[in-house]
Amino acid sequence: MDKAELSHNEQTQQKWDLVIQPKGKWYDLRLRNVLRYKDLLWLFVRRDFVAVYKQTILGPVWFFVQPVITALTFTVIFGGLAGISTDGIPGILFYLSGITLWTYFSDSLTKISDTFTTNASVFGKVYFPRIIVPLSVIFSNLIKLSVQFLLFLVVWIYFLTTSDKIYPRFELMPLLPLLILIMGFMGLAFGIIITSLTTKYRDLKFLVSFGVQLLMYASPIVYPLSVVPEKYKMILLLNPLTGVIETFKCAFLGSGVFSWVNLSYSIFCTIILLFIGLFLFNRVEKSFTDTV
Amino acid sequence: MSDIVLSAENISKQYRLGQLGTGTVSHDLNRWWHRMRGKPDPYLKVGDVNDRSKTASGEYVWSLSDISFNVQRGEVLGIIGKNGAGKSTLLKILSQVTAPTTGVIKIKGRIASLLEVGTGFHPDLTGRENVFLNGAILGMTKTEIKRKLDEIVDFSGVARYIDTPVKRYSSGMMVRLGFAVAAHLEPEILIVDEVLAVGDAEFQKKCLGKMKDVSSEGRTVLFVSHNMGVMNNLCSRIILLDKGRVERAGLPGEIISHYLMGGAENRSFGKIPENTPRHSYHKDVLRINFLEMLGANGERRESFMYLEKAIAEIEIESQAELQDVIIMFSLMQEEIGQLTYSASNDPYNKLKVNIRKGSNKFRISIDQNVLPGNYQVGIAILDKGGYPYDYLQHFGRIKIEKFSEQKDMYPWEKNLGLVNTKTKFEQI
Repeated sequence: MDKAELSHNEQTQQKWDLVIQPKGKWYDLRLRNVLRYKDLLWLFVRRDFVAVYKQTILGPVWFFVQPVITALTFTVIFGGLAGISTDGIPGILFYLSGITLWTYFSDSLTKISDTFTTNASVFGKVYFPRIIVPLSVIFSNLIKLSVQFLLFLVVWIYFLTTSDKIYPRFELMPLLPLLILIMGFMGLAFGIIITSLTTKYRDLKFLVSFGVQLLMYASPIVYPLSVVPEKYKMILLLNPLTGVIETFKCAFLGSGVFSWVNLSYSIFCTIILLFIGLFLFNRVEKSFTDTV
Repeated sequence: MSDIVLSAENISKQYRLGQLGTGTVSHDLNRWWHRMRGKPDPYLKVGDVNDRSKTASGEYVWSLSDISFNVQRGEVLGIIGKNGAGKSTLLKILSQVTAPTTGVIKIKGRIASLLEVGTGFHPDLTGRENVFLNGAILGMTKTEIKRKLDEIVDFSGVARYIDTPVKRYSSGMMVRLGFAVAAHLEPEILIVDEVLAVGDAEFQKKCLGKMKDVSSEGRTVLFVSHNMGVMNNLCSRIILLDKGRVERAGLPGEIISHYLMGGAENRSFGKIPENTPRHSYHKDVLRINFLEMLGANGERRESFMYLEKAIAEIEIESQAELQDVIIMFSLMQEEIGQLTYSASNDPYNKLKVNIRKGSNKFRISIDQNVLPGNYQVGIAILDKGGYPYDYLQHFGRIKIEKFSEQKDMYPWEKNLGLVNTKTKFEQI
């Protein structure tokens, strides 16, 4: 190759399949690429699911343990010791109904929030759309959620037949997929925002587990929305998770406060947060290997 | 009409030295403030040349600066350079792992990169599961992998352990499996970092063969390696990077010898500088302090024709009188080491060498029969037992030229060996 060839070539009008530039256009989220890698998404989901329970005897049974223990702890502490109302619903069922969706959200958020740092070695070697990794977390946690939901159903049916305090609103149950979707995407949105902000400055990372805990107490999980004093209710309703959890409780236990306004607000927040997250994530993924 | 599949224009990459800390916040803010006012990034102007050995004066360094090149379909482009010359950074940018600071790269067709073997292998998953995972990470679809699974397992040679978790594999087996997956990628452009360094000889051969196949199928390979023999064999063209710039680009033989000689720019002939590294067993007895290569007519030469006679003249400064020493002359190649050997006590010489105190001069006539290429001259003064008084290996290089007028005699481009044994052929 001679010097002339080294310099610019005049074939700039050619069709190129890929153009690598310092910074892409901010609105170009390159989601089209994700479809090409959908097989990778499923393999990641499979890996996360299989790898966790390899060399354990009980395997996925461990999925049950976490919510059961948490629900029991809540029953003893919040129901027994603190005496917080459960709207007349049996304690274990009340807490389980809150935890099931909440765990999906919080687990996803926590795991996604360090996507860049934990996958740095892979990301540093191969290119694939980075968003695949957080998406795979959402999906593998969905498997966990369905197992835990099954547990909830068993407990629910038990109390439905033995107690007369539960009045499910069956007409709200078709909303369940939407509720799961909101929780999943909300976890995704918060997670990718945090991971994007913490590649360079890790300060925020210290707040994650703390923040998630705070957010749980700011959501109607260990208490019903109905017992919240009027002056705090506004804060609680600002929390986009409130609408989702209340709808779930209303559908299955008949004890929550269901309103289309609250639910629409949750959907609206999810969409906004998701766009902010995707935008940040997209910016960071191009050069995070230099700063991680 | 040339068919360019990859075109890099003015690629530069700036890195910040040292740790990220509170200092970076003020830089980030300043950068943001400049951008808001539509001004260029203030920190892009500063920055040292990428020279690993010098202490940096600024906080930023240009790991790559202004790299431009084109790659044509079916080409095997080699990238060579010293450690820290920017090879890996360039490959990282090409494989989209990190973005360039400035510049544009345009690519036609699917591109896959192999900067590491077995990226994303999960220790708890079996070999088979990892083949799928790794394949998908590298950009293959599930059906593609399924179709090639038998081939991959066969190529890797670990069929027996394919259903065992890879954490039980030896590191060699892991590499074999990883490369097997990568070898069955079918991208239009394949980027390979030095991954052949591991794995046994048999497997390395297999890998190189596979890479040759890839290029003969009309696909393009970009390849980084420090193994010049492999580079010479495999590449159709080579780019030499130095301190983040393209120092030279061209045919492998030419660039590689330039690169190998690059470290020895001031080691030509004549008076030997004080700091030239030497090897000696008897310290401070004598020194070779002058070396010159001459042609048959006594003129100073650095290059000789193939099979042309050459003369070396040396001067030795000795602190003592020495009896029965041996002078040795050899030609060496970077890759192989010492290639030829002749000594003053060879059967056809039988010269008894005695050294006087002070200056001694010797003439060495060489009936050289090495094939065209670049060679290093090695000269040693040894005692009877073969222990060196002085052994000079890093000074003096000669080039053996091809006959231009005898093209028919050696029609091939590459040497098919290194030494001509002056063999007589007869029909009987």
